[in-house]
Amino acid sequence: MIQAKDLVKDFNGFVAVNHISFEVKSGEIFAFLGPNGAGKTTTIKMLTTLLNPTSGSLELNGINPAENKDEARKSFGIVFQDPSLDDELTAYENMEIHGALYGVPVEMLSARIEELLKFVELWDRKDDFVKKFSGGMKRRLEIARGLTHHPKVLFLDEPTIGLDPQTRNHIWSYIQDLNKKEGMTVFFTTHYMEEADRVAHRIAVIDRGNIIAKGTPEELKVKTNTKNLEDAFLALTGKTIRDEEVGGQDRMREMRKMWKR
Amino acid sequence: MRVLYTLWLRQLKRYFRSKSRMIGSLGQPLLFLVGLGFGFGPIYQKAGGGDYLAFLAPGVISMGILFTAIFSGIEVIWDRQFGFLKETLVAPVSRFSIMLGRTLGGATVATIQGIIVFLMTLVVGFRPVSLLMLPVALVIMFIIALLFTALGTGLASMLEDMQGFQLIMNFLVMPTFFLSGALFPLDNLPGPISFIAKIDPLAYGVDALRSTLIGTSHFGLGTDFLVLSLFTLFFLALGSKLFSRIQI
Repeated sequence: MIQAKDLVKDFNGFVAVNHISFEVKSGEIFAFLGPNGAGKTTTIKMLTTLLNPTSGSLELNGINPAENKDEARKSFGIVFQDPSLDDELTAYENMEIHGALYGVPVEMLSARIEELLKFVELWDRKDDFVKKFSGGMKRRLEIARGLTHHPKVLFLDEPTIGLDPQTRNHIWSYIQDLNKKEGMTVFFTTHYMEEADRVAHRIAVIDRGNIIAKGTPEELKVKTNTKNLEDAFLALTGKTIRDEEVGGQDRMREMRKMWKR
Repeated sequence: MRVLYTLWLRQLKRYFRSKSRMIGSLGQPLLFLVGLGFGFGPIYQKAGGGDYLAFLAPGVISMGILFTAIFSGIEVIWDRQFGFLKETLVAPVSRFSIMLGRTLGGATVATIQGIIVFLMTLVVGFRPVSLLMLPVALVIMFIIALLFTALGTGLASMLEDMQGFQLIMNFLVMPTFFLSGALFPLDNLPGPISFIAKIDPLAYGVDALRSTLIGTSHFGLGTDFLVLSLFTLFFLALGSKLFSRIQI
């Protein structure tokens, strides 16, 4: 379903993704793990047509997302790592816009929105502006929105960050259900190793732009001779703490906070 | 169609919900109208130009539209920062329709702003010569709005943050306004200024509005209309090209 061969992304000399290759089969739940700044988000952006690769080839549902962008966009859905909601609109309006953009039939949309907003327990807040929501609520809304249409491939970039264990479980069981019932392929990143251990069929570990290990959670544990995935991850990637480059966007976000108050 | 409508509606909702932006953007036209209109009025009259307030009113309406339109276009940068732009960019619709939807929305907002400024000119004493021409004036206001929203969208597509915004304001928007003949007649100008006015799209907008509201024209309404339309098509094409090339 997803295939990357020799994929490279070079940001003016900074190689974020360095000749990586991997394959995700149809109907699989695939975890893409790595420390901060390892190249996870960059890879997802290339797969979802937001960035053009420097070199290498990509395939998504038989389509090359770098060349045939409009076609590729029809086959996937995505929940982004950073916020992508319109703060000035209500929760319900955000869901409606998504439904319209993804062509969810009008007669189906309101029922779907109600189901999902109830599912993430935001239904009684549906007419509130998103700017009034807490971080966790926004996260839940983004996930609900990402599930409004049922794509062939669902990308989740750190979807459960900042959510409590109850909500995480709740959401994962819903996604696993969709994966079983509709055969939806799931490609996700996370920093919660037990989460990856529990839901992922297969895992790839990326570090400094290179894929350093691939396999099922069990295989990785056996390979590193460790008891749980967290230890396996640390054995693979080392214990040093990584810094991420701060770009213009982050600076701007700071500025925005200043402007708001 | 549904996508266009949804994105159009979004721009309108955002506009009507931020009252401070609405009121704030009316301060400047009012100041120009009162400060310049009443300040220069007597001199203009003495020089034989006639009623300066009437001359100025279409210019100030154009100004209101120009600024709101550019701002609406520039909103792409905000959406990029707030993250909402990504949501639209990965959607399975062509980027052209996304650009068009939001540009039509922004242009509608700018036209509404133009209408509010027009009502303000009525309050300070301006009277259009013909009521029959008002619908034509409205169409022209919308074309001006569309032109500059498309330009703003195109510019914003190339910028990553608001750093370049001052540059655009001082070297593009301000000259576009000041050299358009919004504040002074275009007759008998020094060569270079006259040349700039000829390639300034807003000059044709101001002129067309003057033609419909006070019945005088420099280029002629037909020319105005043709040039405005061509500029608008060009900027729509350019804007959608730049917009479709955005990478995040």
